[in-house]
Amino acid sequence: MPFEPVVFFFVLGAAAGLLRSDLKIPGSIYEFLSIYLLLAIGLKGGVKLAEYPLGEIALVSLVVMVAAAAIPLIAFPVLRTVGGLSRADAGSIAGHYGSVSVVTFSVAVAFLSKRAIPYEGYLIVFLVLLEMPALIIGVILAKHGSGPVRWGKMLHEVFFGKSILLLSGGLIIGLIAGPEGIKPLDALFFDLFKGMLALFLLEMGLVASTRIAELKTYGAFLLGFAVVMPLVAAVIGALTGTLVGLSVGGTLLLATLYASASYIAAPAAMRIAVPEANPALSIGAALGVTFPFNIFIGLPIYYWLAEFFHGLGVSVP
Amino acid sequence: MTSQPKTLLTIITEGVLENSLIDDFKRLGVIGYTISEARGLGTHGLRTGNWRKDGNIRVDIVADSDQCARIVDQLRADYDRDYGLLMYSCPVDLHG
Repeated sequence: MPFEPVVFFFVLGAAAGLLRSDLKIPGSIYEFLSIYLLLAIGLKGGVKLAEYPLGEIALVSLVVMVAAAAIPLIAFPVLRTVGGLSRADAGSIAGHYGSVSVVTFSVAVAFLSKRAIPYEGYLIVFLVLLEMPALIIGVILAKHGSGPVRWGKMLHEVFFGKSILLLSGGLIIGLIAGPEGIKPLDALFFDLFKGMLALFLLEMGLVASTRIAELKTYGAFLLGFAVVMPLVAAVIGALTGTLVGLSVGGTLLLATLYASASYIAAPAAMRIAVPEANPALSIGAALGVTFPFNIFIGLPIYYWLAEFFHGLGVSVP
Repeated sequence: MTSQPKTLLTIITEGVLENSLIDDFKRLGVIGYTISEARGLGTHGLRTGNWRKDGNIRVDIVADSDQCARIVDQLRADYDRDYGLLMYSCPVDLHG
């Protein structure tokens, strides 16, 4: 099977939504699942982080962040000129695509663990680091010369919103506790991870189904963008991962991070900072098209890309 | 039973504005407010509320009519152009 079985729960949720089933994941359960996933991913990364020298991670992180800045900068002119979108909409969508998706990353981790492909555990640090810069670039692009931005509220939303808070909190707890200290929590946070991810994907499918129904109003350009942009970003990610010396598994994860578009943190931040942008466009493209594209079709392609670039033997020692 | 005439102002808007509204209320001297989650259909489309940031909030404030008018003017100026915002008020008797 080319993809990880948990993605079928997304299909089930989407089908339930499209068939107008009475299935609804209560808000508090959704909150619980998202808190669980963020903490579990953070903890997993923190435990692994201790195994690597900090200097190496810092240098790689810097390169990865600079390369990631290319994504909104490529997306914006395409959205403006080819798509004919307003400055606000183009900036907002560029920010969404430059930022990252935790759930897409989780599915990629499941993809690797199913195939027993190793990866650098510290890549989870990139989830924290890559979420915000693209949002700031997106806001600057959207608002350039058009009035004040609520920076304070927007940055507060991003930094102290639960995703960065729990991811980095989990990282620090995992780092302090170490593999032995975290053992008593293994059963909850690591063994149950895929089951919880499956439930979360069921909810994602339900939410996405409301966006899928709106797809026809977006127009062909945005649909095409939502498929082509992750592919372009994945090529940049796979090349960057190979150049900085990541393993094939790590390169696949980086390509997936670059390809993924944020649909949880970014919409809230953009709604505050660029309120004139239409949120239906960015969330619809990111969640209705790019997310399913990434988990069903993208992952095997990004795996192939990672192997391809590694096969070329390009690397900077 | 003692009661005094007041105005009940109800605001229905996007959940993402909650923190901003609370700051505005403080600035405008609002003594108390009640916020609850809400869902429904309006000119900004269906707000299912099954997603934290996709939901609406409903804010109830009981205050003097002048203060309610100031709140309405402020919120209309700040948010009405870009956000879903519905406000209505009615006279109420405040007991106790």
